[in-house]
Amino acid sequence: MTYADWLREDRLPHIYCAGCGNGTVINCTLNALDRMGWKKEETIFVSGIGCSSRAPGYIVTDSLHTTHGRALAFATGIKMANPALHVVVFTGDGDLAAIGGNHFIHACRRNIDLTVVCMNNQIYGMTGGQGSPTTPRGALSTTTPYGSQEPAFDLCELASAAGANFVSRWTSYHVKELTRAVHTGFETPGFSFIEALVQCPTNYGRRNKFRNVMDQIEYFKTHGILLQKVKRLREEGKPIPDDAIVLGDFVQRNRAAMGVRR
Amino acid sequence: MQGNTACAEGALAAGCRFFGGYPITPSTEVAEHMAAKLPKTGGVFIQMEDEIAGIAAVIGASWTGMRAMTATSGPGFSLMMENIGFAVMTETPCVLVNIQRGGPSTGQPTMSAQGDMFQCRFGSHGDYSIIALSPSSVQEMYELTIKSFDLADRFRVPVFLMADEIIGHMRERIEIPPSVPRVERKPLARGVLPFHPDEDLVPGFPQFGMGYGVHVTGLTHDERGYPCTTSPSLHEELVKRLVAKIESARHEIADYRVTNPDAEVVFITYGSPARSVEQVIHDNPSDRVGHLRFRVVWPFPEKTLWEFPNARVFLVPEQNLGQMAREIERHTSVPVISLPKLGGALHTPEELKRAMEAWR
Repeated sequence: MTYADWLREDRLPHIYCAGCGNGTVINCTLNALDRMGWKKEETIFVSGIGCSSRAPGYIVTDSLHTTHGRALAFATGIKMANPALHVVVFTGDGDLAAIGGNHFIHACRRNIDLTVVCMNNQIYGMTGGQGSPTTPRGALSTTTPYGSQEPAFDLCELASAAGANFVSRWTSYHVKELTRAVHTGFETPGFSFIEALVQCPTNYGRRNKFRNVMDQIEYFKTHGILLQKVKRLREEGKPIPDDAIVLGDFVQRNRAAMGVRR
Repeated sequence: MQGNTACAEGALAAGCRFFGGYPITPSTEVAEHMAAKLPKTGGVFIQMEDEIAGIAAVIGASWTGMRAMTATSGPGFSLMMENIGFAVMTETPCVLVNIQRGGPSTGQPTMSAQGDMFQCRFGSHGDYSIIALSPSSVQEMYELTIKSFDLADRFRVPVFLMADEIIGHMRERIEIPPSVPRVERKPLARGVLPFHPDEDLVPGFPQFGMGYGVHVTGLTHDERGYPCTTSPSLHEELVKRLVAKIESARHEIADYRVTNPDAEVVFITYGSPARSVEQVIHDNPSDRVGHLRFRVVWPFPEKTLWEFPNARVFLVPEQNLGQMAREIERHTSVPVISLPKLGGALHTPEELKRAMEAWR
């Protein structure tokens, strides 16, 4: 794959900060897309508002950059109206889990044939670093100056409980696994949800003891723990660290789905 | 046939093949009829999780080239406002039916009102223009729904069918034509930038899935469709075009009915109050009572007021506190008397006659 095939070169440079993890996720997604052999004219990217949601604007396919939180509702309309189109949604933790939370659970429930890639930077990056529903307890942000007092959402558990056919979590460190997960998401009929934890050096890292970009990526590497291992530890009655990032495929099933190409 | 059913039948006749919405009184019959009929025509009905999602799905469907609509009432209409602005900015054709009920807030779910006439025009943030129609019979619920789709496709703008509960729930005999002519969406010519307007200020439509590779964003964008948010001149030019493509065509879009143009006392109506005025005219044929009835309310066609050169007064009965009366007042030196009525009951012919008496 060459990037010239999928990226709008006339839109570069992009708006992402130096060291941002979103580019890695776009890369993994485009690689998975290329492997699928999907044609550009039958692939649609949809997004809401936030850093993640700027991604479709750099991709050559048709794309719809919508209102905050509503990407899944717009994508539902596109996919139901024309199931022959492959519809991919880029979203972020604020867009998907806060303002778009209701659309998220209902899209999972409908199990509509979309692939949703969530760039979870655990912060509102675009607006300058406010706390989000996935900001870890105790983490600093401009609206949690004394440390977040709220428990964070586990988006993968949420998607699994709400009925998605494929649910997986990786990070910007785990590029091969993430690419494979997005590819599996594309292959799976029904709703696929892939969460990618990404570093945000500008608005998360520097306030939360990740002074360098690599510090947070290193953290993803050392704190990532496979779902299988978590299950084993649980069975053995052993403790699971509080700060563990649980990685892997949470769900892969074949529940009845909507909007699947016939 | 019931007004709401006639609306749904009109949509189907117009080729609408996508309905996304959320149940709300007194508009639900539109959705129910579409739910029953759309699958049989190869169309899609989807009940979304709220009205925000309903209009969002409609906009998404419209980009695949489908004629798409939603139907709602006050509270749902309020929820749709942000995405209506998105449809305006992205020039997405879509039809929104508002069967108006008493507001503000939950208000009177089963009673008639016309309180959303300003909201449909100005409810989303920023400057923009839209098209709004107002039926005053079941026949017009059918006809004007069809017309809404044609206008939406022609001007690439959200079009509002601003009915009220009385018209929505009224039952009348209607005539359905054997076939319905259709104004097609103008496709984007190959090699032309996706948001480059033609002479009529409307760009061709780059339907998704056809290889245009178009980026559609609610951000201020250039003619390529690319975000460009810091150029004052580009933003001003874009917003002015979005307004001008509607306002400069307002006399062409205008659709109204005139009774007794030589009259000195003239009623101006839209929607169900027209029925009471018609009764007054019918009961008092020798009085030569004038009546200007708007079928298109926005963009406001001010030249229609010239149809009554002898007018000494415009009497404007509305089921609100004088929303359109205020707009009419801006365009004429003839006294404009607002006859507001809230609560859901129609103006009685006696009330209207009493209002007339002072001007004889």
